[in-house]
Amino acid sequence: MERTIYREIKATQSLWTLGIILAALIAAAGLSVLYVEHNGHAVTGMNNQIVWGLPHVFAIFLIVAASGALNVASIASVFNNKAYKPLSRLSGVLAISLLVGGLLVLVLDLGRPDRLLVAMTTFNFTSIFTWNILLYTGFMAIVAVYLWVQMDRSVHPKYTKPAGLVAFVWRLILTTGTGSIFGWLVARPGYDAAIMAPLFISMSFALGLSVFILVLMTLFRMDGRNISDALLKRLGNLLALFVAAVLYFTAVQHFTNLYATEHSGIETFILSEGGVYTTLFWGVQIVIGSLLPMALIYGGTPAAAGTRAALASVLVIVGGMAQLYVIIVGGQAYPLEIFPGYEVSSSFFDGEIANYSPSVYELALGVGGVAIALIATGVAAKVLRILPTNLEDKNLEG
Amino acid sequence: MKLDRPENPSRRNFFKSGAAAVTLTLAPGVTVMAFGGSPAAAGQADAGKRWGLMIDVNKCASDCTACVSACKTENGWEGHGDPEQAAQWIRKVTLKDKATGHETSMPVMCQHCEEPPCVDVCPTGASFKRVDGIVLVDKHTCIGCRYCMMACPFKARSFVHEPTTNQKEHAPRGNGTVESCTLCVHRVDEGRVPACVEACDATGNGAMIFGDLNDPESDISKALAAYPTTALRADLDLNQGVRYANF
Amino acid sequence: MKRLLAILGVFLAVALPAAAEDGLWKYGPSVPAATGEPHPEGNKYMRKYHMEMMKHDRDLTMRDGNRSIEASLKECFDCHTVKDEETGDPVTYQDERHFCRTCHDFAAVKVDCFMCHRSTPEGFEEPSPLHSRLLDLRDGLSDAEATEIAAYLAENQ
Repeated sequence: MERTIYREIKATQSLWTLGIILAALIAAAGLSVLYVEHNGHAVTGMNNQIVWGLPHVFAIFLIVAASGALNVASIASVFNNKAYKPLSRLSGVLAISLLVGGLLVLVLDLGRPDRLLVAMTTFNFTSIFTWNILLYTGFMAIVAVYLWVQMDRSVHPKYTKPAGLVAFVWRLILTTGTGSIFGWLVARPGYDAAIMAPLFISMSFALGLSVFILVLMTLFRMDGRNISDALLKRLGNLLALFVAAVLYFTAVQHFTNLYATEHSGIETFILSEGGVYTTLFWGVQIVIGSLLPMALIYGGTPAAAGTRAALASVLVIVGGMAQLYVIIVGGQAYPLEIFPGYEVSSSFFDGEIANYSPSVYELALGVGGVAIALIATGVAAKVLRILPTNLEDKNLEG
Repeated sequence: MKLDRPENPSRRNFFKSGAAAVTLTLAPGVTVMAFGGSPAAAGQADAGKRWGLMIDVNKCASDCTACVSACKTENGWEGHGDPEQAAQWIRKVTLKDKATGHETSMPVMCQHCEEPPCVDVCPTGASFKRVDGIVLVDKHTCIGCRYCMMACPFKARSFVHEPTTNQKEHAPRGNGTVESCTLCVHRVDEGRVPACVEACDATGNGAMIFGDLNDPESDISKALAAYPTTALRADLDLNQGVRYANF
Repeated sequence: MKRLLAILGVFLAVALPAAAEDGLWKYGPSVPAATGEPHPEGNKYMRKYHMEMMKHDRDLTMRDGNRSIEASLKECFDCHTVKDEETGDPVTYQDERHFCRTCHDFAAVKVDCFMCHRSTPEGFEEPSPLHSRLLDLRDGLSDAEATEIAAYLAENQ
């Protein structure tokens, strides 16, 4: 295997076009934030029943994908798989950019985003949110160190493994923390489950890898570099394995809930009577987001490995967004069971399935977060040496 | 920067001693004396007390919303616009037993739990429990993340969705922060009862009793000892300050 | 020469706001006179430390329930209310004549208090900002409101 040469990508016309489009999306997000901050959240679709909506779906997606994007680097450094070593730098950069994008969406949706400094200095350590703030900022610092250790020639390569190990363990704790945002809520039947943490970890693997595959293939194509089919096949196989893991944890979550009579309400809601949530669960999360990608990868279609990996990644991302929408919004749409055994009604919509129609401002903010993550990655690829130039078949090893 | 304030004997201490004397003489029997407090305790939340409510569901009239109207007037949360986004500190809930068809109604507000999930989850500590058991939102620190609203099992909290004006002096509320029933803490600290309890008494139904749960001689403690009462979602073991009787 | 000008510039930048504070200079903020007894601490002290005082005391009131502190925000309005000449109504924080705004606009420091607290004495019905009343269009306007908005628009064309 020849030595890996990392080089910046060239500033081509297509790169500039992409950059301008992303910048426009970011500007749209900025305008929407100003509008919502000035007029209050009344202009969004969120209300006192659905308090977390589309922005939070995007934010959690980006944060979960961020932790998973680091996986490729971890497989190389921690699990000593040399084939993935050239991809480590992009993996680290993507992890940081996705996290920044997700956090920005989260912070800009706050009722009082001007109080970010308060949030960063006043901590309540019984809250998993507080721990998450520390875990997220720590993650960015640790991955930055991990990248530095890999990229700075004056640093001995022996430091890569310990840095990679710290980053790997930290990201597992971080994703556990993200899942526990929901898992530690006793109030709602759709949450309050220990399985939320491992479910989110498995989701991070799948979503992070799918975003990584798409970003890798896009940047390489734009710069005219080749990726070996064997490598793409391996990435695709890994993705299918992670999707299977997500399917497993989802199945365990729902089978366990189905067994408890007290949870029959929420299960009936999600699995059969929830309207849009049921459609998203079965149609998008399970079929489009899990079964179809697995069939693509394992099914042995004659299409090229790259096409299969890319298509599977797109499907997994769509399925992941649907899964998060069902968890976050569906979990809130189902009414709180304050009075088990009673039919409840009130002026505060007790006992009713809550309505939620996302506004364009929420969509703009969420998409803006994605755009920020992508533009940061693109700039990094242009300015830093993070992308390898020789991912040919003959260089693939391990 | 630590503040070294010069000693100002004139204004502050003068008013402090003056105010205590004024409170006692102006409102005999209604204010501090009613809850057996001392003038010194009136200046501070008393850790020895635990404020609570007992709601007798039998006495609650199904078509009466006096408590809700009184709370709206007292605290100024009348919304306009989308009812799904309007705040509701207290609401009347109508229950129909699925098995028997029996109907009841009762007011539901912040339950002022002893182990509040909302306090646990607040990232800045804005959601807090006072030493006397009243759970409040410190809107100076609230960042409007709405996690407490996700965590509350009783849907007690509301998010303010639009800019506010003409707030009540004793009940500040602002765009982008979260709010809920304060057990009329501004009234309680003066030795009065919450607005909802006062209004319920005025209708003649008298379904709500307010008092000190730690005081065995208070009306509420005697009532709790005499009647079977329950807390909502008792399975969560939150030890709420609000109890429901005959439910 | 350039150095001299630079030093002079820095000196003016520091000295002018300080001079403005003492009202020595007509380009400083024109703070409306208050009614009632002046603060024993003195204006200079109050200008510098009013925020620390309020923040310190607000936590005592909010968290400990200490209501005997006679330095609440609403106490300020006893003496520091600015009234509109024509109507005699107190002006709210939305109006640039509000007491806090005369100085804070000059210093370009946003006052966060009135996002939640009322900015006039209790008893006065504060009008809602016109543009937020436009959200009421979802419910339909009453005739009085429609007339008022039309008059405002006509006045401000």
